[in-house]
Amino acid sequence: MSAGEMGAVHAESHAAHGGAGHPHREEYRPVFTGAVRAELDSVMTRYPTKMAALLPALWMVQRERGWVSEDAMTEVAQVLDLTPAYVKGVVTFYTMYHQHPVGRYFIQVCTTSPCGACGAEDVVRAFLEHTGTRELGVTSPDGKFTVIEVECLGACGFATPVMVNEEFHESVTPDRVADILSKLE
Amino acid sequence: MGFPHKSHPKETPVLSTHFGDPEARSLSGWRARGGYRALEQALGMSPADIVNVVKDSGLRGRGGAGFPTGLKWSFMKPGDGKPHYLCCNADESEPGTFKDREIMRWTPHALIEGCAIASYAIGAETCYIYIRGEFTEPLRTVGAALDEAYRDGILGKSAMGTGKRVDMYIHKGAGAYICGEETALMNSIEGRRGTPRIKPPFPAVAGVFGQPTTINNVETLAAVPHILTNGAEWYKKMSSSSPKSTGTKLFSVCGNIARPGNYEVVMGFPFRDFLHDMCGGARPGHTLKAVIPGGSSVPIQTMQEAEATLMDYEGFVANGSMLGSGGVIVFDDSVCMVRMIARLARFYAHESCAQCTQCREGTAWVTKIMERIERGGGTMHDLDTLLELSENMTGKTICVLSDSCAAPVVSGIQKFRHEFEAHIAGKRCPMRSAAAA
Repeated sequence: MSAGEMGAVHAESHAAHGGAGHPHREEYRPVFTGAVRAELDSVMTRYPTKMAALLPALWMVQRERGWVSEDAMTEVAQVLDLTPAYVKGVVTFYTMYHQHPVGRYFIQVCTTSPCGACGAEDVVRAFLEHTGTRELGVTSPDGKFTVIEVECLGACGFATPVMVNEEFHESVTPDRVADILSKLE
Repeated sequence: MGFPHKSHPKETPVLSTHFGDPEARSLSGWRARGGYRALEQALGMSPADIVNVVKDSGLRGRGGAGFPTGLKWSFMKPGDGKPHYLCCNADESEPGTFKDREIMRWTPHALIEGCAIASYAIGAETCYIYIRGEFTEPLRTVGAALDEAYRDGILGKSAMGTGKRVDMYIHKGAGAYICGEETALMNSIEGRRGTPRIKPPFPAVAGVFGQPTTINNVETLAAVPHILTNGAEWYKKMSSSSPKSTGTKLFSVCGNIARPGNYEVVMGFPFRDFLHDMCGGARPGHTLKAVIPGGSSVPIQTMQEAEATLMDYEGFVANGSMLGSGGVIVFDDSVCMVRMIARLARFYAHESCAQCTQCREGTAWVTKIMERIERGGGTMHDLDTLLELSENMTGKTICVLSDSCAAPVVSGIQKFRHEFEAHIAGKRCPMRSAAAA
């Protein structure tokens, strides 16, 4: 299950329902300006349609903002001549786009059967305990960690693989968890 | 070689020769190891001749379906005036499979060279390498290798100085197992939800962006340079059982086994020797119980079936399963089969794109029932319900995700029925109580 499906404790409520011109909402800062816009323009030359730049554009949003808000979906839709509803349909299909803010360190532990047979559930428990998140998909009170179970990471011979943001850790056992976390600021 | 272990004397390293060697990653390192000579050779041949060599070699798709590669390429009609596309399927997500990851992170130029040869052979000016978003290291290594290849003029407006354009781009996935299905992969490149398309039209007629397209797996493409360099006969001779299965195959081995990792053997290698000798057999104090030999979507084998198997497309079918992607998942006596199958069902339920009713509903209900049995709340009637559901999930949907969920369930009930019955009769998981004691 993706983090998005579970909802994070720090979800900014204004992003969920605020339409344009809502009195309480903060000003939205566009993502696609300056260098980021130039990067997207370059990506668009790789494809014969604008729509094909949608997945790369959403990756850029997530890189810049940490998650993909509804406002960002609207911006992406404008930039690529799509509708916000279409963009949301795509965002919700893929599990790696965060639809809510997540912890500074987003930790994904593979628990599909091959890893499950090698003790992945104990690794999950160790991460929940040592990060203080206690529950899957919930961000720790200091905003530092979110832990989720993820489906097959494609590294089954290195059970249990764990991703911490972009970093891939192989052959993780419960006794290595404290050490992995201690290296994160 | 048996990365992350040393090569076993009975392995036949072709694709895996440089696994674990960081110097093979760079363009200069790759050239020093004979890289890009096959591409030069290919450019001196006609596209039709290249297709014929690949046809003659007997190379079949390594992603799971085993379709003859040369035949697939021959469906691309040269001179039809349309843009042609090559898509490399690097969305490796099949539980148990992690071979393409090693090819990409150790020998990225092998993949680029294979893609460049294939592009030339099918008349494609654009190649998309679709890498799953979770593969952060392969994304970096292939990205760096592409930069080198562009700088060196191997790719670009006049690739290798031929005056022909070959552009190659990474398209990064975003978390969806189903995008490894070729038509879903094309939808994902186009910026759509990754839902499989109805075939026909087949990709060679109307693929990505509605244009003629070939989709090949990483391992398939990485084998092509070796075939061109050494010849179709050399490749065809690497076959120790069925003449329909040629060359070497990378097998990923995981689960309860002494030495997990990737191993490369000639097609037709005895599975018994592979499991017990090459991979070191069971962990001390345990015995092996079951094997899923081709990634989680193929039927489960008993050890008796596995030990009688010769490892090729035909050999696995003759012994109750399929070669699939070559992802070998091993279970020993410490594992509850009901629990493992329930977890696989949950995987498929999570990954179903929900287009087809049989899959959307079937994977969800199979998961519910399997988990109920595992918790001790199942009835004997549940087994019949599971089999009936599985029948309705097989051969009735746009893609085979639904069939893939049914395969371990049906084979599990057939071959490990006693474990299901023990859960139902004892109203709990017998393994779990044993583990707790």
